Amino acid sequence: MLDALFSICLLSLYVSGLALLIATAVGVPIGASLALRPVPGQRLVEGVIYTGMGLPPVVVGLFVYLLLSRSGPLGWLGWLFTPAAMVTAQVVIALPLVTGLTMTAVRHVNPDLRSQLRALGATPLQVTWAMLREARSGVLVAVAAAFGGIISEVGAVMPVGGNIEGSTRVLTTAIVLETRKGNFELSLALGGALLGLAFFSNLLLLCLQGRVNR
Amino acid sequence: MILYRLAGVRKSYAGRTVLDVGHLDVSSGELLAILGPSGAGKSTLLRLLNFLEAPDAGTILFDGQPLPDGPSPALCRRVTTVFQRPALLNRSVRDNVAYGMRLRGESPDGRVEDALARMDLTALAGAPAHRLSGGETQRVALARALVLRPDVLLLDEPTANLDPYNVALIESIVREQNARLGVTVVLVTHNVFQARRLAGRAGLLLNGKLIEVAPAADFFERPKDPRTAAFVRGEMIC
Repeated sequence: MLDALFSICLLSLYVSGLALLIATAVGVPIGASLALRPVPGQRLVEGVIYTGMGLPPVVVGLFVYLLLSRSGPLGWLGWLFTPAAMVTAQVVIALPLVTGLTMTAVRHVNPDLRSQLRALGATPLQVTWAMLREARSGVLVAVAAAFGGIISEVGAVMPVGGNIEGSTRVLTTAIVLETRKGNFELSLALGGALLGLAFFSNLLLLCLQGRVNR
Repeated sequence: MILYRLAGVRKSYAGRTVLDVGHLDVSSGELLAILGPSGAGKSTLLRLLNFLEAPDAGTILFDGQPLPDGPSPALCRRVTTVFQRPALLNRSVRDNVAYGMRLRGESPDGRVEDALARMDLTALAGAPAHRLSGGETQRVALARALVLRPDVLLLDEPTANLDPYNVALIESIVREQNARLGVTVVLVTHNVFQARRLAGRAGLLLNGKLIEVAPAADFFERPKDPRTAAFVRGEMIC
């Protein structure tokens, strides 16, 4: 049983960790860019992002399921009921959170700094990097919020992963299953493991925040 | 040698023309003070001279070259500005002073320590920049500009609201940069006394238009335009 619990924890970390990495790699530059260089239709784009920040996971799960099902446009990938499908669903949940909160964090940096860095000879890329560094606390909050959102969700990973033992069973889907079966002790143990994972992950991010703020 | 030549330069924001300069030359190695009340367009003029913005109309020649597609990064780096309200990075004083050098791929060397010492900042080198007073912040801003050894130093009200010690220190550095190192300085200020102390040539900017530009002695002692005379006397001009 411990082996099973360990592998479920590992898969949870793998799925949510990879989704977070992808969402961070894509969302942080987009958020910074939207804050520093508004695009045509900026309000519409922001509206979409803010709506995305409140997407119900179960709707995301349904959307990704339809996308990846055999008759769906991406069915040829063969990802349905695999960890790849779960990562995809969690990226959809995490991306607007990382993008929106990064955008807000960068906007809160003193706007005068941007032109003053340019006056010191910074290229646009160097300005963006410096502004992101100034907003680092907010960016780390964005990453932590996104991780909290995806490690604890069940609505998206259940339909696209299928909760297959040894393959796509993660902590949240295992808790749902064991609760339905009446195995409350095991459910509570899994819940404790999930809380522990979330706590230590956030602790790690807080330590990182402390280091970068020094 | 003419370093900047502005001809028919106009800049507008939200349909309001804030700068409309028919002609202005800035010679290499001179210290030019542009005077004017708040909202006269002085800061906008500096932003154009630092290539932070392009004019809506007219031409700016730098070193005899037109800049139709914007200046190259190398050319941009010959010019730097010290702003009225400096924005520093949330790092130490030393890191802020060394920042421009790092942008250029240069490792911080003795220049940083020299600039810190010259600006009386050595004791604060390791301090977080966001805990500095207004005068200290302004000195850091000047130090981070000077370590870059610019050809042109643009100063936007660099001593506004500072105490006499900081004013004297900053003015002595500016004078030294111009006289000893040949740095071209364009100082915009509403402080007639400071302009009189520092400038070799002075101009008056009113409502975005250059009213008069003349050698300092003529500008302050024998102004041609009555508006210049009134401004120099300290009378309000609307």
